[in-house]
Amino acid sequence: MLNRTDLIIKSQDRTDGQSIAEYVAAGGYGTAEKAFSMPREAVVNEVKAAHIRGRGGAGFDCGIKWGFMPQPGARPHYLVVNADEGEPGTFKDRKIMEQNPHLLIEGCIIGCYAIGAHACYIYVRHELHLAKERLWAAVEQARDKGYLGKHPFGNSYPVDIWVHTGAGAYICGEETALLNSLEGKRGEPRLKPPFPAQAGAFDCPTSVNNVETVAAVALALRSGGDAFSRMSSLHEFNDGGVRLFGVSGHVKRPGIYEAAVGLTLRELIYDLGGGLLDDRPMIGVIPGGSSCPILLPSEIVDVPGDRRFEPFNGKSVLDLPMGVDTFRAIGTMLGTCCAIVLSDAADPVLACRNLMQFYKHESCGQCTPCREGCGWLDRLLEKIVAGTATMNELNLASEVASNIAGNTICAFGDGAAGPVLAFVQKFRASFEDYIHSGGSKQTRRLAL
Amino acid sequence: MAFSLTSEQSAELERIVARYPVKQAACIPLLHLCQKANGNWISDEVIQFVAEQLNLSPSHVSGVVSFYSLLNEKPPGKHQVWVCRTLSCALRGSEAILKHCEEHLGIKSGETTSDGNVTLRTAECLASCGSAPMLQIDEKYHENLTVERLDTLLESLCSEPKGTP
Repeated sequence: MLNRTDLIIKSQDRTDGQSIAEYVAAGGYGTAEKAFSMPREAVVNEVKAAHIRGRGGAGFDCGIKWGFMPQPGARPHYLVVNADEGEPGTFKDRKIMEQNPHLLIEGCIIGCYAIGAHACYIYVRHELHLAKERLWAAVEQARDKGYLGKHPFGNSYPVDIWVHTGAGAYICGEETALLNSLEGKRGEPRLKPPFPAQAGAFDCPTSVNNVETVAAVALALRSGGDAFSRMSSLHEFNDGGVRLFGVSGHVKRPGIYEAAVGLTLRELIYDLGGGLLDDRPMIGVIPGGSSCPILLPSEIVDVPGDRRFEPFNGKSVLDLPMGVDTFRAIGTMLGTCCAIVLSDAADPVLACRNLMQFYKHESCGQCTPCREGCGWLDRLLEKIVAGTATMNELNLASEVASNIAGNTICAFGDGAAGPVLAFVQKFRASFEDYIHSGGSKQTRRLAL
Repeated sequence: MAFSLTSEQSAELERIVARYPVKQAACIPLLHLCQKANGNWISDEVIQFVAEQLNLSPSHVSGVVSFYSLLNEKPPGKHQVWVCRTLSCALRGSEAILKHCEEHLGIKSGETTSDGNVTLRTAECLASCGSAPMLQIDEKYHENLTVERLDTLLESLCSEPKGTP
């Protein structure tokens, strides 16, 4: 259901950042101040009631994650904010950091208090210089106002926030790779367990949360957790609140739009995104960043045995509300809730190859199936595009992808395999055309 | 020649180290600081310096440097241009943008102009998919590019009088 809001960002066209005066005038930081008057557990319970599903891609419930943190004890706790946005198709956290940095800072203060942490690191990818600049400025302004430091809002609960920077590695968006990177090491993912709540940053209990998730916490406490959850039309899926929806590729108005959770892909692409360029037909949409298997507009929702899906069964997947569990049920993922739209002018085989080049470049090299498999897939796709591959090699591509998935330390392997498996299965005829006649029936391009 | 920081940069180093419970965590921020102070690349001397400052082995620091694509193991040109090539940008014409850059600068992606002014590279997704095609020049994003705007941008890089920073 299309229900636009402006709680996270005021306008997608805004280029300046919201000043602290503007933010405070609109009630900002009042929520953080209020949080300190509540017991720590009560703050976590509000966040649980808000049903904030992790906005970084995995969709794990933020309140439940915070509930895993041990009671504060001898070891310090840390809040680490994942601002290493780099999944192809994803460009929402940047908007928050550049346009509304104080919302994130307020969320960080609340988050630190809720999980018993006194220090928060915001790990921003190095390329986002403007975002880092605005965050540092926001931290300084909040400190000057007495919202941060030894006595935030006059309370004896020190909170400090630091902006930390990466150095160019997609894998550092994986939470344990991020922690290694934060500690000054190569950004290689860690084996789990131990989970970060047990031994995270500097071997201490840590919660790693996405920028938009932490921003949503500030909003949820402002409105009350349950009220926040009920803004969503997927409240009964425990998928609450408002979030940012991105749309890119072959649409007339690409960008970031804010709305209540439960928007459909059709609303995102046609109502907000303005429809496809030149009103072309759509051949597919990647719903939430490149790791999410592509959906075809001809696919039909068919989830038997769950009454919540009854209104949607038999309809196009474009009319299913975008939620963590709704999209998992149709064999893809919501990911970061940022759709990449392909019109009939785009060659799906070239799109698949483009994504595989990304994964080959970004595989950290730690696990053999991923390191070797991504390179192998890239070479196979190169051959397919060149028109020199055989049918056996096309089948091999699916086999190699299947052998990466599930056989690596982190989810990158699955993220790399998923797109290949989905593209080859759903655009089989296009791939076969490259095998049989060098792609003569294809557009052989991606741009219009 | 051994690498060193100015007193101002050393003060920044102290501020960076103070943010973390362990010195090692300052490794990447310090490498950025030193890279900037060293003409945008990490020499063996920089590795030695960072290792000494943080009580790390040079091999650890070297391993970190080789892992991250924005820590340059060789000196790049005075300006660095990254053209995003990933899917959302490719759907909006990044291939033509890259080709135009190559023709304008007379180099291929990955190369530096013979006068050492510009290094051209492709980038993997720069989180600017809604304003594609785009490129990054040094620390600044240029979005919703057209070939005309691209010409102006590239000319401004090439026409700078020699010696300006």
